[in-house]
Amino acid sequence: MSLKTEELVLNMGPQHPSTHGVLRLELLVDGEIVKNVIPHLGYLHRCFEKHTEALQYFQIVPYTDRLDYLASMGNNFGYVLTIEKLLKIEVPERVEYIRVITAELQRIASHLVAIGTFGIDVGAFTPFLFCFRDREIILNLFEEITGARFLYNFMAVGGLNYDLSNGWVDKVKDFIKYFRPKLKELNDLLSFNKIFIERTASVGILPADMAINYGVSGPMLRASGVKYDIRKNDPYSIYNRFDFDIPVGQGLQGTVGDTWDRYWVRVLEIEESLKIVEQAIEQIPEGDVKAAIPKKIKPPVGTAYGRVENPRGELGFFVVSDGGNNPFRVKVRPPSFCNLSVINEICKNNLVSDVVAILGSTDIVLGEVDR
Amino acid sequence: MKTINEFFEVLKNNFNDAVVELKEDIDSYIVVKADSIDKIAEFIKTNNDFKFDFCTCVSGVDDANGTKNTDENGNVVINGGTMSVFYHFNRLVDDAKIIFRVYVERENPVVNSIAMIYRAADWHEREIFDLFGINFTNHPDLRRILMPYDWEGHPLRKDYKNPEFYQGIRVAY
Amino acid sequence: MGLLDKEFNDGSFLLTTTENLLNWGRLSSLWQMTFGLACCAIEMMATSASHYDFDRFGVIPRPSPRQADLIIVSGTATLKMALRIKRVYEQMPEPKYVISMGSCSNSGGPYWKHGYHVLKGIDRVIPVDVYVPGCPPRPEALLEGLLKLQEKIRKETLVRKSYENN
Repeated sequence: MSLKTEELVLNMGPQHPSTHGVLRLELLVDGEIVKNVIPHLGYLHRCFEKHTEALQYFQIVPYTDRLDYLASMGNNFGYVLTIEKLLKIEVPERVEYIRVITAELQRIASHLVAIGTFGIDVGAFTPFLFCFRDREIILNLFEEITGARFLYNFMAVGGLNYDLSNGWVDKVKDFIKYFRPKLKELNDLLSFNKIFIERTASVGILPADMAINYGVSGPMLRASGVKYDIRKNDPYSIYNRFDFDIPVGQGLQGTVGDTWDRYWVRVLEIEESLKIVEQAIEQIPEGDVKAAIPKKIKPPVGTAYGRVENPRGELGFFVVSDGGNNPFRVKVRPPSFCNLSVINEICKNNLVSDVVAILGSTDIVLGEVDR
Repeated sequence: MKTINEFFEVLKNNFNDAVVELKEDIDSYIVVKADSIDKIAEFIKTNNDFKFDFCTCVSGVDDANGTKNTDENGNVVINGGTMSVFYHFNRLVDDAKIIFRVYVERENPVVNSIAMIYRAADWHEREIFDLFGINFTNHPDLRRILMPYDWEGHPLRKDYKNPEFYQGIRVAY
Repeated sequence: MGLLDKEFNDGSFLLTTTENLLNWGRLSSLWQMTFGLACCAIEMMATSASHYDFDRFGVIPRPSPRQADLIIVSGTATLKMALRIKRVYEQMPEPKYVISMGSCSNSGGPYWKHGYHVLKGIDRVIPVDVYVPGCPPRPEALLEGLLKLQEKIRKETLVRKSYENN
């Protein structure tokens, strides 16, 4: 005797505790098995690209903060680099160093949120509290130099809006000293936890060729075993001066490119970012951070594409200038948007409960997906 | 091969008329015809000299180079002219880049889709369809992606006028 | 007026009014719905996390609107989202309270002018009790918003919510 079964459409979101924002997923399920996932986006479409056409170049920086709101420094960085490319200006050494230090600290803070919320998604609440405790210290560091907790408006085209305050460098050193042992604590608590590994290993495998075809970038691409990082492969700013590794997924607990690998690459990247900050903080030169800021930003007619390695992957800005005070068109290439597009392929034929784990491991930020 | 000038020579020999010109810019790009971008994409993906495996970005631009008229309500309407689609491709091995630009007519914007060649282009093309109203032929699933499904108009066109109400909610401040 | 009207020496019982008792119960256990929209949601999470510890005010996140007393609308509400927010609000049982967190949900925030798809203020869809300004508001500001809401609940009577009374 065979039981008659039929497929069921299950709605997840836009209000759901584990969709990391206002994403709606339409799941086609057969029993507990997911057959198809149809994402519906746009619940946070804030019209960033329309705003850029109505605002002047320097006015856009605060809006870039709000794209990927967990990594504001990285967004600022990508935008100002692109405009500097368009204007063909060089920035002082000190500015480059401060930009790299803040961007790497921001990467740590962002990955801490990713790890913490991923923990909640698979049922571990304590790591969330640990991660937010340590993130709070980074936010305090940023608050000291920018005045804001997490939407900074720190970088300006050609320089920085503020210089470092006295004694900030020592505080960063103290933070690194404090934070290193905490990472081990996190590994003991979550990374090698038996239950956590059972939930995540060999779940939602993303093969390397599929990842490349879908334009997946960042930790998610590296977890699939592709050693590609813009900081190393196409170094911008002064990243070629530092010595650091690119962690890739190796399938330590299961298969290469599974959910655990995506998590683990982020943990390893925190370690690498600490290395970069340590090196940069020793070499930071003196100088005026506002020296190269142009009085008026009016780029010549032309197009430019600039990109940085954001915590979530390749963040690109494509700017078309018509020679005026406002950009003619700014297109953002958001990493989360491309990373999310692969969700159907990696969720297929998994359990419904695994969809939550897989979505958590892609670490999307809806502000950037929808812009 | 690494520079865009070399790529342009090879493409010009293979596709003749479909490849129009190499435009010098901060990031130089190759202008190609709208109805052959899919063949060119297929070529640069499979040809051994090219092997571009990563479609970084597809972006629409409203060139707004038509004639500007004012309708009876005082709104600016653009007639004629072109819109463009920019394609950024990347090769992960040595980070070579190639950029294409496609011009389409503003009144009847149609481009061949590359979504089945580079799956990354799928959502980008949907976004361009949503915000600019450019149609992609042979796209597997051409729906709006960011705006609500019942929204009227394409917001990133330069002559876009916002509706006053959406489902009974006032839109303007 | 607090909960206690008259204290007796042996301390084993107290006199109060039903209203005071109910209000005290309501304001001390405002279960909030986990409803993050945008940037402010991260700040709301930070408020719930270790450093600021929202729990000490009795604010415990609930995943379902049917178990919640309080909804904190944190972040930019878009037109596509507006009617969903209204629906979530309608699913909450009475008495229910709304805190609008951040400039975006107060008035559209930085997107007020060119945001063709942004709802210019959440009060166009649902009634708001307390507005918390800031972009994003600091966790302290959100805590103050909650204290203001508690003050408001303290003044309620059985028949009417306080703002209808004024």
